[in-house]
Amino acid sequence: MSDTQDPYENLKITTGAVAEPNTSRANKTGSWRELKPVVDPDTCIECGQCETYCPDQAAKPVEGEDFYAFDLDYCKGCGICADVCPTDAIEMVREEA
Amino acid sequence: MSSDLQDQDYTDELEHGEELWNPGHRACAGCGPALAMKYITEAAGENTIVTNATGCMEVVSTPYPESAWGTSYIHNIFENAASVAAGVEAAYKSFDRRDPDHLDVEDSDDLNIIAIGGDGATADIGFRALSGMMERGHDVLYIMYDNEAYMNTGVQRSSQTPFGAATTTSPAGKESIGNDTNKKDMISIAADHGIPYAATASISNPHDFKQKVEKALEIEGPKFLHVYAPCPVGWSFDSAKTVDLAEKAVETGLFPVFEMEDGEITSVNKIRDREPVDEWLEPQGRFKHLFKDEEKGEQAIEELQTWIDERAEDLGLDA
Amino acid sequence: MARAEPSEQENPSDEQEVMKGTSAVAKGVMAADPDVVSAYPITPQTGIVEKLSELVADGKLDSEFIKVDSEFNAASTCIGASAAGARAFSATSSQGLKLMSEPLFTAAGMRLPIVMAVANRSLSAPLSIWADHTDAFAERDGGMLQFHAEDVQEAIDHVLLGFRVAEQVNLPALSNFDGFILTHVQEPANIPDEEKVSEFLPPRDPEYTLDPSDPKTMGAYARPEHWTESRYEIQRAMMDAREVWADAVEEFNDVFGRDYTEYGGMLDTYHAEDADHIVVAMGSIAGTIRNVVDAYREDGEKVGMVRPRVFRPFPAPELRDALADAESVAVLTKEMSPGYESAFAGEIKGALYHAESQPPIKSYVLGMAGRDVKPEDIAEIIEDVKTATPEMGFKESESWPQLRPELLNGGDEQ
Repeated sequence: MSDTQDPYENLKITTGAVAEPNTSRANKTGSWRELKPVVDPDTCIECGQCETYCPDQAAKPVEGEDFYAFDLDYCKGCGICADVCPTDAIEMVREEA
Repeated sequence: MSSDLQDQDYTDELEHGEELWNPGHRACAGCGPALAMKYITEAAGENTIVTNATGCMEVVSTPYPESAWGTSYIHNIFENAASVAAGVEAAYKSFDRRDPDHLDVEDSDDLNIIAIGGDGATADIGFRALSGMMERGHDVLYIMYDNEAYMNTGVQRSSQTPFGAATTTSPAGKESIGNDTNKKDMISIAADHGIPYAATASISNPHDFKQKVEKALEIEGPKFLHVYAPCPVGWSFDSAKTVDLAEKAVETGLFPVFEMEDGEITSVNKIRDREPVDEWLEPQGRFKHLFKDEEKGEQAIEELQTWIDERAEDLGLDA
Repeated sequence: MARAEPSEQENPSDEQEVMKGTSAVAKGVMAADPDVVSAYPITPQTGIVEKLSELVADGKLDSEFIKVDSEFNAASTCIGASAAGARAFSATSSQGLKLMSEPLFTAAGMRLPIVMAVANRSLSAPLSIWADHTDAFAERDGGMLQFHAEDVQEAIDHVLLGFRVAEQVNLPALSNFDGFILTHVQEPANIPDEEKVSEFLPPRDPEYTLDPSDPKTMGAYARPEHWTESRYEIQRAMMDAREVWADAVEEFNDVFGRDYTEYGGMLDTYHAEDADHIVVAMGSIAGTIRNVVDAYREDGEKVGMVRPRVFRPFPAPELRDALADAESVAVLTKEMSPGYESAFAGEIKGALYHAESQPPIKSYVLGMAGRDVKPEDIAEIIEDVKTATPEMGFKESESWPQLRPELLNGGDEQ
């Protein structure tokens, strides 16, 4: 996960309240989740459909592995990935508190 | 699956890389328009200036000091994304004339100016600005993301709300079957302005949508794209089904996918064995009243089906 | 002091031409060399738009001229252009100004230095094409700089000063001048030449622009914890504008030889220093007032005029100073806020509220929709203001001297 600049650090209102690019990354939307996706690495065929259809760019290939998994900092648990996965490799499970 | 997977967390082993539409945005889980923003920015690339109208995508992406945008971006007001874009275009035309090296990019011809607005911002309140921009021939791509209502203010009816849909300003009731108009045909309206390219696309086919964005950006002059983007909250369906419902909208002919170039239809995504619209209506809570009322509800579905069938015939939609 | 006289420096390179007010303003705009001009026609400003089109068509003005569909989109395209770093100009009046009000207010919030010439005209309803200040006052609280010209020369010069100050404090500017009275009159005026203007007006250097090589997000929404500070910055910029304007008029005098430096460029006074009775007004009516002041002075009576040149930022300290020694003050205004009193009078009185010296003030609503104000009318007002007392009822303190009660159903209960 790449580092993101924290726009709230030493915040000063800029002229015209102009914001810096890419700063939404400071907002970890993973806290919204009720269900989280889990992948069965053996069933995943690396087709990338989950990555294509994730509205939050939370489905990505795992480095050095042969399957995709999920960025839980941002995953909102919508379930699209599980729905589009052609091999049913993804299951939405209730997260334990 | 075993409960070991319960603890699965590969977050730290994933790379985001450069994304011009960033996570951390506040769109609802399963948001169709958020997908559209992702595809637009992937297709357009960094040599892009986006003008955005007030609405869901603007609000979820830019609570000061956060921004989900990696591109140069401006939001002004609800109804003028098209004219703000026209002003940006005029500025760059002026800069190019006075100082060709003004832009720190290889080829200033490659600068993409993209105006983005929801169906409300575009087809309704922003109609004047859009018409003016297209009529004057500005080199701007306008993309309307269609979630079929004024979603950001809480699901009020727009000119893109389908016949029979319940919204807060077209609720179903004893005297009402929901919205009583069909979707206003924005592609024909755009094409009738004499613009070189107008097309529809759906978030269920990102490859097709991105290709159309790229194609449009290669053309000089005004371009208009209408991208279908379901809203799980506003339409009341399981957030996992966003892509599925977008696909069904296309497959039932509710949302035909086609291109118009210089006023002529040049490609139509034909449908083999078109499904009845019920397939698309059924999973959505905003249509459930149509299935409860045997007489009026059924009648409404028939009326919607007729509208679809007539358009399918006009377009040559059926394979 | 007397009417702005050319100072000792001669400027042989300035052209002097007799031309219609709107053409003169258009040529002033040309000298400022905007990147983008975007304006929609409306009586009586149309001549500006037409002249600018002509200059562009003849290759004399190298601007992108956007033939917009409405004033709303004139403002919107200017916003886009200005955000991209362009120098943007528009012009309008009355209903057009009202229509562009929504985006125009945002230009202040987004700190975009759009300049527009406003040929002041009544706001409907009823529809009126003639001059008054109802249109400018309706935009009062938007965060735009506002100034009022007395004659065609000032109408031109204020556009240049407007760009200079707007681009430094990053606020939009309305350069007001009276419709028909100044738009359609033929007056000799110096058109500043482009070389001198580029000396006075450096190229724009915005802090942020829409530029893919340095992308920014403009127009984010602000939550309760941030909005107040963002708006406070506008107030700060407005207050900074006072000094910036003062510096600008000094340099303007050096470069062009026209002296607007009195009271830091905020007020223009005429025989006001020792005046017992002072008339306060903005715009072209000042010309008539000067003649009346001269007549009174000839009769040995100490009457004077104070004409605010700048309305926003409001010249409150300057007014406190200029009006301090008067026995009474007559405010003449071409607007009124229904339900209370004229906004102009209210602001002047407000400025004096906590002041050490508070001369009694009577206000006179007149000249609306181009109704002619004659020297006799002003003389009558001066006679009336002599009766002003520190304590007055509201009906006494403001009147409509030109009202024709015979036209009113049931007469007038003023």
